[in-house]
Amino acid sequence: MMDFATLIQILDSTLRLATPLLLACLAGLFSERAGIFDIGLEGKMLMAAMASGAVAALTGSVWLGLGAGIVASLLLAALHGVASITFRGNQLISGVALNFLASGITVLVAQRLFGQGGRTPPLAGASRFNPITLPFADEVRDVPILGPIYADLLSGHTILTYVALLLVPATAWVLYRTRFGLRLRAVGENPAAVDTAGISVVGLRYAAVAITGILCGLAGAYMATALQAGFGREMTAGRGYIALAALIFAKWRPWGALWATLLFGFFQALALRPDVVEGVAGIKIPVSLLDALPYILTVLVLAGFVGKAIPPRAGGEPYVKER
Amino acid sequence: MDKLPRWADVVLVPLISLVFAAGISALVILAIGQDPAEALNVMVTGALGSPYGWGYTLYYTTSFIFTGLAVTIAFHASLFNIGGEGQAQLGGLGVALVCLALPWPHWTVALLAASLGAALFGAAWAAIPAYLQARRGSHIVITTIMFNYIASALIVYMLVDVLRPVGQMDPATARFPTGTNLPTLDQIPGFSLIFTKTVPANVTFLVALAACVLVWALLWRTRLGYEIRAFGRSESAARYAGINPFRIIMITMLLSGALAGLMSINNVMGESERLVQNSTEGAGFIGIAVALMGRNHPFGVLLAALLFGFLYQGGAELGLWTSIPIELRIVVQGLVILFTGALDQMVRMMLGWLFRFRSPKAA
Repeated sequence: MMDFATLIQILDSTLRLATPLLLACLAGLFSERAGIFDIGLEGKMLMAAMASGAVAALTGSVWLGLGAGIVASLLLAALHGVASITFRGNQLISGVALNFLASGITVLVAQRLFGQGGRTPPLAGASRFNPITLPFADEVRDVPILGPIYADLLSGHTILTYVALLLVPATAWVLYRTRFGLRLRAVGENPAAVDTAGISVVGLRYAAVAITGILCGLAGAYMATALQAGFGREMTAGRGYIALAALIFAKWRPWGALWATLLFGFFQALALRPDVVEGVAGIKIPVSLLDALPYILTVLVLAGFVGKAIPPRAGGEPYVKER
Repeated sequence: MDKLPRWADVVLVPLISLVFAAGISALVILAIGQDPAEALNVMVTGALGSPYGWGYTLYYTTSFIFTGLAVTIAFHASLFNIGGEGQAQLGGLGVALVCLALPWPHWTVALLAASLGAALFGAAWAAIPAYLQARRGSHIVITTIMFNYIASALIVYMLVDVLRPVGQMDPATARFPTGTNLPTLDQIPGFSLIFTKTVPANVTFLVALAACVLVWALLWRTRLGYEIRAFGRSESAARYAGINPFRIIMITMLLSGALAGLMSINNVMGESERLVQNSTEGAGFIGIAVALMGRNHPFGVLLAALLFGFLYQGGAELGLWTSIPIELRIVVQGLVILFTGALDQMVRMMLGWLFRFRSPKAA
């Protein structure tokens, strides 16, 4: 079995690994609540990761990198919006297309800029998001149980992790307590009613897609400038899809998204600790099975424990105004 | 919106989409500081300029026909199978197990058995997502993507820990016995007049052509095909007509997985003659672009597979002779999917204006 210190370590990396999933999951939440499916979270994250890694490396400023990541992700979001809102195209196919586009373009651009086989140079110092020590973390470390939880688990993450956590109540507030949120949910359930009330369906959906773009930008920038020190090809490794699975598991709710992404983050953290998994399971487990573990557990969660997940009713359907 | 003439919808929409995709690709090449005209020249010379180049182009085409048909048949049932890549990798495992199992006396027998193995393994890999979609409502797009990742991990495990011969360093199976080696096009009478050098394109190309005809016959000439298409058009209407959704989802996905798996008789049995890591090289994903470009018709799939065969071989030549990274292929692939699959309405609208402009009486 594992001891308390190991558990804290694993939960610490859970939080670290759940951050991009949470940001992407909230991104997907805004889009899907407005009735736009987005398989392209993956591509937007990848694009943002490359843009932020590249700009941070060139300018030495992680904040400029973050800005570039958001812009790059917004560009893809705009394309998805044009295809699925304006031209009423197939939203799944548009998302898949943008993922391929991102997969190729990121390598092309990174290779052109740096000539290092499609990766960006390693980042350090001010060109990277560094861990933040929360107040009094060192003083309380020796308090039993709560001390390590505060000092080693909650403290010592980058600012984007805390932003991601704060975005959960913020999203809940926007979605359930503001006029914009009410309209956003309505446009995903019954766009015709929203239209009848004289509110622009197209405008709302573009707004939702733009928010998705910004949040995916944060997620991608986190990948390249906080979780890792630079961009590498295909570095998102299916996180966009896992975030979508988490979104279904969360039944399209903000707090659910937090718990679901923490669960998937935990799976990823376990995959990084073969010693612990083997200690608990009591048998030797091949590395490749551990690599596949997050994906296998994702399928299991989707298949077994979701219960009846009812997506927004108008999801995936382009809105056609009747004449 | 005006309805386009049928020939325009079938021929012009994909062609114009292709022109858009090519145009933007040219801009991308310019943006990374290279010359698009030179790039096109390298691609055409390398892929189509010699029988040797054609041998490679047709080799890729063969793989893409299978994966394109796999996506096509699923599309007709309104199922989006993104798992072709994983199903093809599993198909490769099936081929390897069959080829290594016996000292096969002749390639014809081995081909039959290996095809069966490839189809079975591919179908099995599609079966779980299909079941989860049909019974539990788990979204097939997400589960098939997850199964792609699981497949590549499984293949790594099989190659590193199970199938690798003792003393061999690289993660791959042993070479298949010579009785399983498929004749390449330069060894087949008739084709050998054109192909004088050894090329990777092999007899599987003919199998792929046969698969096109069979899929066409299945979809448009059998009761099952009718049921698949009816289910794809409207699940509620199909249900009302007594079509069992569970049965259709399962059968369609099993066929789709089997077709994707069959691709591996081309690359694993016909070309590398052993199973290596990432043997599919993304061909499973290309199937999506091929199916969309080919308008979900087996004949269209054949043409689109030729186009992507050219793109793949041409892209490899670019990687060899210019400093344009080989990933340009993925960009073009993404653009083709975007224009043919998601922005097709835009292309149609533009054509609609054009047609109205040409014949004012229609207004």
